[in-house]
Amino acid sequence: MEAGQRERGRLRIEDAVKFYETRGTRVLAVDHCSFDIAAGEICMVVGPSGCGKTTLLNAIAGFHSLDGGRITLDGQVLCGPGQATAPVGPDRVVVFQNGALFPWKTVLENVAFGPTVQRKLSPAAAREKARHMLADAGLGGYEDVYPGQTSSGVRRRVEIVRALMNDPAVLLLDEPYRALDALTKSVLHEALLEIYAKNRVTIFFITHDLEEAIFLGRRVVVMTTRPCRPKRILEVDLGYPRRHDLVTGRRYRELVLETTEVVHEEALKSFQLGEKEG
Amino acid sequence: MSIMSILKDDDLPEQPGPVTREVKLVANPVTPPAKPAPGLVLVERLGEWFKGPKPYLMVLGYALALAFWYLSVEVLRWPRFEKMPGLTQVFHEWWSREPTFGLSLHTPIYYQHIWVSLRRIGIAFFLATSLGVPVGLLIGWSRTFREFVFPVFELLRPIPILAWVPIAIIVFSGSETPVVFLTFLASFFATALNTMLGVRSIEPTFLQAARCLGASRGQVFRHVVIPGALPFIFTGLQISMGVAWFSLAAAEMVSGQYGLGYLINTSYTMVQYPTIIIGMLTLGVVGYVTSALVRWVGTRLMAWRNQALATG
Repeated sequence: MEAGQRERGRLRIEDAVKFYETRGTRVLAVDHCSFDIAAGEICMVVGPSGCGKTTLLNAIAGFHSLDGGRITLDGQVLCGPGQATAPVGPDRVVVFQNGALFPWKTVLENVAFGPTVQRKLSPAAAREKARHMLADAGLGGYEDVYPGQTSSGVRRRVEIVRALMNDPAVLLLDEPYRALDALTKSVLHEALLEIYAKNRVTIFFITHDLEEAIFLGRRVVVMTTRPCRPKRILEVDLGYPRRHDLVTGRRYRELVLETTEVVHEEALKSFQLGEKEG
Repeated sequence: MSIMSILKDDDLPEQPGPVTREVKLVANPVTPPAKPAPGLVLVERLGEWFKGPKPYLMVLGYALALAFWYLSVEVLRWPRFEKMPGLTQVFHEWWSREPTFGLSLHTPIYYQHIWVSLRRIGIAFFLATSLGVPVGLLIGWSRTFREFVFPVFELLRPIPILAWVPIAIIVFSGSETPVVFLTFLASFFATALNTMLGVRSIEPTFLQAARCLGASRGQVFRHVVIPGALPFIFTGLQISMGVAWFSLAAAEMVSGQYGLGYLINTSYTMVQYPTIIIGMLTLGVVGYVTSALVRWVGTRLMAWRNQALATG
């Protein structure tokens, strides 16, 4: 990847407001939420389930617009009130909670899908690139297998490779490791960081797992429960690369302790509000 | 080496790293299954099949059904069954070179009936599929289309196929077209409805993911909607094949010159009772074979599904 692209992927969320319409009542999901994400940063967004983080992600992805404020990517407005939402596209690829690899396409066909449908590469060239990227991510050998034949850990890694095939400015991850067991998770964290070390893409990562957030992120944005707005932004001064044994280090534990209280407070609030999962 | 790193190597089979004996003991790297020759698979599968209880239970089931028929009609002679043709009589007639009622495995007319029915099924099923699948896809995919077509659809669908008979005869001339039309109609509804359900069953995240990866609306339709709906489409086609035979038999009894339904009905009016049973059993066999054919095509087209199922 060329050096000139380092400055790609600067996200700026300015005063974002979004209401939800449920059963006739307007619920404030995102309330005057502002924060910046630097180009090539892993920014972890932590908050209790249903706090409105996904609403923010969907606005960045272009699935819906905002009721107030705006979001810009490298200076270009993605969405704001009275402005057309920037179309959903391969510069901001979402990796979904439950995984969205197409089960009817092989791993290789899935990974080659983006450049092929965008006609950026010929089908043969896209497959060739996909083969390289899979091999690079340690997934060689899975090319001709259908997603249903692999483990969920492999599927998550393939999905990230599929997203990176498009050379996106931002990778939007919506609790991608939520349903996985702790051991698989720790493997996938390392794998993600390895991919990140090679690509340095901006990552907007939603989670409700504080330890995951601190292990992966350069910054952790702790959100208040609905309405959602940053309550605390934590700088994770651990540097990269990181290995799985980082979690035994003192600084890591300190950071977890420092943030636990804040997150717990919000979780309690969310629990009292009776928020449902999702 | 800790348990964690063992599991890690299991999950990352292609990554270079220390491979110890422990890993070999626990880990069984996921490798894509090798594809054996298709002929071998069939022989192997047949061998496996005979090892299980399935074939023997199947034979037992047939034996019990036939025994019930034989005993009730020919041995016990239950009062209500006195006019029912017996097992030996039917099979004797079926195999006979000189059948009493003029129809057996050795008479060309038998095959003519089968052929005419099959041809009607073929035409009706082809039309129902080539119209039902696109209509179902459209109803499922386009909200506007769904909102103005589906209510009509829901009103017409519950009308029993027999209720369509008079209109079919009035509107279509001759004896062939009304039969094909009636057969087509039931099939069409089954196919279109299931195709629509198939489209509606697709996970919304698949559609969103495709858009994120830069697919246009047409590409989403081709790469996500159609393959995503395929399992439901083939369920629909199987139901469609079933109802096609159902309506064909009904239609042939009312109208038509040949065909198995016609055969059953004329045998009844001409008091040729064993021939009725021959017609019925033939319908069963031919109907089963056509359904199996649809199923076979379905499994061919959805390799991803079978393989996923096979490995759990």
